Amino acid sequence: MAVITLDHPVPIKDLKSDVKPIWCPGCGDYGVMHAVLKAISELQLDPAHVVIASGIGCSGRFPAFVKTYGFHGVHGRALPLATGVKIANPDLTVLAVSGDGDGLSIGAGHLPHAARRNVDITYLVLDNEVYGLTKGQPSPTSSWGMKTKASPYGTVERPLNPVAMMLACGTTFVARGFSARPQELAEIIKQGILHPGFAFIEIISPCVTFLDTYAFYKQHVVSIPETHDRTDRMAALALAFDTEQIHLGIFYQDPDSRPHHAALDEIRQKFSGGYSFKSLLERFRR
Amino acid sequence: MPVNDIVIRIAGESGEGIVTIGEVFVRIAAFSGLEVYTFRTFPAEILGGHVIFQARIADRPVLSQGDNINVLVSLNQEGYDAHVSELEAGGVVIYDDAVVTPRGSDRHQLYPVPVSQIANRLNFPRGSNLVMLGAMVQLMGLPIERAEQVVRRRLGRYAELLPKNLEALTAGYHYTQERFPSRPPTHLVPPEQIAEEKLVLTGYQAIALGALAAGCRFFAGYPITPATDLMEFMANELPKAGGTVVQAEDEIAAINMVIGASFAGLPSMTATSGPGLSLMIEAIGLASMAEIPVVVVDVQRAGPATGMPTKTAQGDLYMAFYAGADEAPRFVIAPSSVEDCFYQTINAFNMAELYQMPAIILSDQALAPRVETCTFFDLENIRLWKRHLAELKPGQPFERYKITHSGVSPITIPGTPGGQYVAEGLEHDEQGHPDYSPEMHRLMTKKRWNKVNAARHHVFGLENAVEEWGDQDAAIGILGWGSALGPVKEAMVRAQAAGYRVAALFPKILFPMPDVRIRRFIRGRRILIIPELNSLGQFARVIEHRYTRQLVQDSIRVISLNKYEGLPFRPVEIFEEIKRVSELLTRRTWPR
Repeated sequence: MAVITLDHPVPIKDLKSDVKPIWCPGCGDYGVMHAVLKAISELQLDPAHVVIASGIGCSGRFPAFVKTYGFHGVHGRALPLATGVKIANPDLTVLAVSGDGDGLSIGAGHLPHAARRNVDITYLVLDNEVYGLTKGQPSPTSSWGMKTKASPYGTVERPLNPVAMMLACGTTFVARGFSARPQELAEIIKQGILHPGFAFIEIISPCVTFLDTYAFYKQHVVSIPETHDRTDRMAALALAFDTEQIHLGIFYQDPDSRPHHAALDEIRQKFSGGYSFKSLLERFRR
Repeated sequence: MPVNDIVIRIAGESGEGIVTIGEVFVRIAAFSGLEVYTFRTFPAEILGGHVIFQARIADRPVLSQGDNINVLVSLNQEGYDAHVSELEAGGVVIYDDAVVTPRGSDRHQLYPVPVSQIANRLNFPRGSNLVMLGAMVQLMGLPIERAEQVVRRRLGRYAELLPKNLEALTAGYHYTQERFPSRPPTHLVPPEQIAEEKLVLTGYQAIALGALAAGCRFFAGYPITPATDLMEFMANELPKAGGTVVQAEDEIAAINMVIGASFAGLPSMTATSGPGLSLMIEAIGLASMAEIPVVVVDVQRAGPATGMPTKTAQGDLYMAFYAGADEAPRFVIAPSSVEDCFYQTINAFNMAELYQMPAIILSDQALAPRVETCTFFDLENIRLWKRHLAELKPGQPFERYKITHSGVSPITIPGTPGGQYVAEGLEHDEQGHPDYSPEMHRLMTKKRWNKVNAARHHVFGLENAVEEWGDQDAAIGILGWGSALGPVKEAMVRAQAAGYRVAALFPKILFPMPDVRIRRFIRGRRILIIPELNSLGQFARVIEHRYTRQLVQDSIRVISLNKYEGLPFRPVEIFEEIKRVSELLTRRTWPR
């Protein structure tokens, strides 16, 4: 949920930093970055009040290319880092960016808890089904039997279904986008930022170097039909488990979502009568 | 028969009961004007198993848990059998004679009190602990009015039981008054007037209060014995100060949340024990690299892996100093008493905030839950150091990691227009852009260490950075750290009385090491005794390594006094070592 806005949009070109992205030409992450900048611009967010936290992987470089505040942390910890930022200053718009390795493997332990807290963060998981930065190992979303240098005889693990997983965790906003459809993706990200709570967005972002899936996804993706009731979690799960088509759009949004910081505020308001360290110390006086 | 310096041990079976009687009893003593120092050990299980609560109570400042037990309070047979061997000859046993048979103890003075019978007569079977408390108050010579006052304050939250609790307390008091017309020779005599302002609190409370005084407004932690009490205290108090406590999903999440909150502008802290600290090490490296202030409290416990969660140790020094990928500068601070916990926590926040670095506080299982009386905190003289905020110049790029003489680069807080930067865990240039060039890594590595050197010169102007005492010209010096200070001080009082000459120095800020003070202290000594609760002599090895040339040139021998039993030092153990080494010195000619 954006709090601090400007009376005008900052043009996308002014949101790019002078650091040249290290991503390979054709990488899906360019499309994602464009969509994020478009969302920030169209929502008229003040870049000085936006923080983008990331972990490690190709996605981890994201904050360096953008003129917002950023934090490039250690592997798998974008969510707790972003949680700390949001609690410390709820006026900031906080995004976290991970890949399928950072977010769904090493950092997966944080997912249910971010959902449980409903911390007001927009979490973008740039899913390319492979480890790109370390040059082509299988990831938690790689399909069964995928052969890589680290799985020369084929993987023997089944891929996760991130959207279904997050729906089951009780996440109040769950969506999927595709880097090759930046307009639609920017719209989803805008909705995620405006959502007052934890917004999980899986973004199909193919790796042209180690696992080029553009052709496959272009054939199989389909936008969620307008008739879908996005307040119906079970209907959302049915879409997530669809084996025929890969759905794009907002699967689920809780209309009554109340963010973590609002609950924290409520506790603090019980003590709005003024705080005195000296009177606290008196409790220990002999 | 000791009067006004007694060690009392309460032993029994159930968890809460023993600790409650103990905590209330020491507060009655403290509120009667006496000085207290507690020691407790208990199984990790909440109920069941064998629990002891021990307190030393005296009319002068108490520095250790003492050597012998003078009074044993037994609530069951096991509590008697397991501890009676440690009770001094002529010591006092207070026990429930309905359940305890003091077998063959003609060496001791027996005070049977039928506590369960008295409680039953009051129709309050659960009140037998309060009956025992009343008996202890009477036999030990404490005023019943103080006891009533403390029971009201401590147990007042069970309002419906309060009249019953007070009734049980006075019943125990009056029973012993009638049955034993004269007090045991071992007892306490509270002063007539309580002049000095004092505080009665635990080590973790002193750390939490220090954090609040230093402006801490965010705490994230994960439950771990023996650090959980700190999180619970903060959970109660921080929201009142407008702050937040988060119980994270694990220690890794806790430290990363703390880093995120600090990046967003709030002085922030986490607390854990050794196993949790090992999980936090990677992120402490991140705080060092990205230059984000954080304070990490490590309440040390014994053993690797799960080890002995309820037993004490000083074995995390190496981890605090060195653990992590490559080299990540950090501060390490070790308070040595409950009172010191307050001031050293303020030092930790000040150093972390000013130098934009992680600061680790090394407490331990004996120091954190211990109740001590201490001088009322000197709030007037607290100075807070803040992070330097950048003055932004329009049109000029903000250099978040600008190389300066001290290494400290002015920072911005998210929300500041034009101050945007990326807190970067990769090696980076002055603007924070990733940069792997040989010269940049050299410059930035140096910059990060320069902050440690700047802090070294800065903090040793602080009065409380080291504590030095004893006979300045003595050939024997004791160099130590952390909670070993109390037993050392007591041992030295005894040593002095026995004619042995010793000097002592305890640095509180261990990293950066106060070189000037230590070099001066070492000069002219012949032997350094370094007592610590670990097997390797970690601090001793650091000292040997850092001051090799001086130690070799002056032929100064380092003797490690190591204890690794999960228990704190007893003064007698230090005293015996002083005695042994002093006698060695007089008998032999040491190479000069």
